[in-house]
Amino acid sequence: MRNVIAGAAMALLSLTGAAMADGHANYPERPIMMMVSYGAGGATDFQARIVTMTAGNEDALGMPIAILNKPGAGGRVGWNWFATQAEADGYTLAAYNIPHFIAQSIKGGVEYSADSFEPIANWGADPAVFVVAADSEMNSMDDVVTFAKDNPGKLTFSGAGLFVGHHIAALQLEKAAGVKMAYIPTKGGGAAAMKAVIAGEVMGGVNNLSDAFRAQEAGNVKILGVFDLERNEFLPDVPTLKEQGYDVDNASVNFRGVMVPKGTPQAIIDQLAETVPTMFENKRVAGKMKAGGSPMHIMNRQEVLEMWAAREETLKELLAGL
Amino acid sequence: MEFLFYFGDVFTPINFGLLLIGTIGGLILGATPGLSPTMAVALLIPFTFQLEAAQGLILLGAAYTSTVAGGAVSAILLKIPGAPANIATTLDGHTMAQKGEGAKALQISFLASAVGGVFGVLLLIFLTPVLAQWALAFGPSHLFWLAILGVTVIGSLDSKSVVKGLLSGCIGLWLATIGFDDIMGAQRFIFHPALGGGINIIAALIGLFAIPQVITMFAKGRARNDAEVLEVQKHPISGAIAELGRNKRAMGIGTLTGSIIGLIPGVGGQIAGLVAYDQSKKFSPDRDKFGTGHPEGVIAAESANNAMVGPSLVPLLTLSIPGSPTAAVLLGGLLIHGIFPGTDLFDNHPDVAWTFINSMLIGQVLMCIFGLYVAGMAARVAQVPQSIMAAVVLGLAVFGSYSVQSSMGDVYVMASLGVMMYFLERFGFSAAPLVLGLILGPIAEANFIQGSMIANATDGMAPYFLGGGLNIFLIVVVVASVAYSGYMELRTRRYISKEEIMA
Repeated sequence: MRNVIAGAAMALLSLTGAAMADGHANYPERPIMMMVSYGAGGATDFQARIVTMTAGNEDALGMPIAILNKPGAGGRVGWNWFATQAEADGYTLAAYNIPHFIAQSIKGGVEYSADSFEPIANWGADPAVFVVAADSEMNSMDDVVTFAKDNPGKLTFSGAGLFVGHHIAALQLEKAAGVKMAYIPTKGGGAAAMKAVIAGEVMGGVNNLSDAFRAQEAGNVKILGVFDLERNEFLPDVPTLKEQGYDVDNASVNFRGVMVPKGTPQAIIDQLAETVPTMFENKRVAGKMKAGGSPMHIMNRQEVLEMWAAREETLKELLAGL
Repeated sequence: MEFLFYFGDVFTPINFGLLLIGTIGGLILGATPGLSPTMAVALLIPFTFQLEAAQGLILLGAAYTSTVAGGAVSAILLKIPGAPANIATTLDGHTMAQKGEGAKALQISFLASAVGGVFGVLLLIFLTPVLAQWALAFGPSHLFWLAILGVTVIGSLDSKSVVKGLLSGCIGLWLATIGFDDIMGAQRFIFHPALGGGINIIAALIGLFAIPQVITMFAKGRARNDAEVLEVQKHPISGAIAELGRNKRAMGIGTLTGSIIGLIPGVGGQIAGLVAYDQSKKFSPDRDKFGTGHPEGVIAAESANNAMVGPSLVPLLTLSIPGSPTAAVLLGGLLIHGIFPGTDLFDNHPDVAWTFINSMLIGQVLMCIFGLYVAGMAARVAQVPQSIMAAVVLGLAVFGSYSVQSSMGDVYVMASLGVMMYFLERFGFSAAPLVLGLILGPIAEANFIQGSMIANATDGMAPYFLGGGLNIFLIVVVVASVAYSGYMELRTRRYISKEEIMA
């Protein structure tokens, strides 16, 4: 028995040795893992599974990508793990959510910053929108701001927590309109925040465009404005905040994409940066994403690097007063 | 009656085959410690990419119903509750298994699950529009009072002494504060990276229930090589049905509590079993027998946790709001096929909606049949010698807590809580109140803070938390529950002192 175990250990050693010696010319030669720092079934997890489903195709990576969920503390648990413990060998990828992880790193108490990771490509962009219950008297952002001006601090509106896209959008709105409102962060993510709006517990809310679009289709809410630079193809009739006269940019848009830990060999980063965006462009992927109401926004590595840098600057300024 | 029209769809060869796979697979996954219903359903989602919408949902619906019931297997045989829903099942179920009545415990648990489950799905079919309004009626202030109602149960749950029950509840409430707080943005008691996300409830469950037992088994050493139970009593299924008939009260309380509490978004599933167990204990003339292997306890807990399945989907199917983590995963299963829950689902895809609901109805029955079939065999687990059993349970505990979030941190948490619980148990504390504290703490806290933020921005704390019919009703129930526990405590005390005089 002991001999068998020793033999097996030797075999394993020689196997890993061989893989090391070989460099990364044949990358990838085994399945790849992608860490999602939110629970199974959430929007990020759901989209990550769709966009990686064709990874095993010959024209993509040729190896499947398996999703590993490490949820907790608004994504901090997963990203902490990724920055400190994940191996930078190209076989460990992670999904990023902007502005979440950048805002968290500015706020402190975590072991990562934008410099801990190397972006590969971006697959989606889910803007925040302002929603009110279907029977609300408010019909535009002007109605909301007028009410907030007349009743400072009394307009309650929900969002999915602190230092996430919804919170950033709320801060931007208050700043642009020069009003004080009561942001109510909920535990349990966007779904709980949406429930608070529909049930009338709060007067309005910031939520994801994809979820709000569904709730509007079901006749439960009205969408008053989009926190983005342009109108969205899912909601061509809803004006942006900028169109309604409030100086709000796309800093709160929830960008989702793929990254690797710092220290991953440059050759592997280059290869991934070339292949992964084409994988996102696959027709089947686009079809499934559209059917699920998840807006796609494909960006290459260079564009993502610029977006990260720009976001870091805006968020530092916005969060400085908190 | 529209659902009857689509009943045929469940019985096409492919659909029925998927239903069978989902049910049997769900039972196995549910019986594995650490694989909660949410995880089981999430694991199956990628398979539904290739299936049609209705077929995919049949698979997911069947898996959901049977994992909830399957959790009872490990709760009864190994004393590891697979999910919070099964905590109450361990209290009497495992004691029955230790007495050699494992087969009977499993049979009545599957039968009670089926009865509760069918009732819950029928509620979903007939009363969905009414129930949707009810689910929305619970705002932060109501959820806060509901959590407080749960806290009043803590003292009387599975402990000889109310004070020790309350103390272990407090330990649970404290443990619940560990981690990052989403509402205020504070980091509390994070002295090790493993605690960053707070204490995972599944890992805690496994540690608190399984580890003390493992240590006890190891502590006995090699002196005894045999199993605790040498003979597992055979139990006829007709006997189990008769047992169910004798305990209509527990059955009724369990089913009703489960379906009402299951409806409330974010709270229901976790505490339905415990609240039902406590209620039927309070209403039962044999309340002293609870905790000593009394069938009523198993019936109440299991009928409640399966009755919850149907109503827990109401907010998702009507309002497109996932009320529980499992519902959120099912939402993904619908979205992948471009179907939005809500009016779209019932108006434009009635075939998908009703086939899904019908399959859960049939799934409950199939689950019961398979469960009864394996009950006799599964109960033989009690005959495994203790030394082997301890190793197997320990292995399952490590595997289960690791698999929740693929994190070694959860294994450390599981092990430390387990060792702590071993010593606490020696001093007469028990795990159930501690876990209840751990579950209720975040609900009470988050809703209180959220409610007070809303109250401060609008009409003030007092009117917000104390006004309104539902708030007043819940407060009255809380007061009644406290008064009843106090009264019972005083009465038993007098009884004991009288006995002491006699002696």
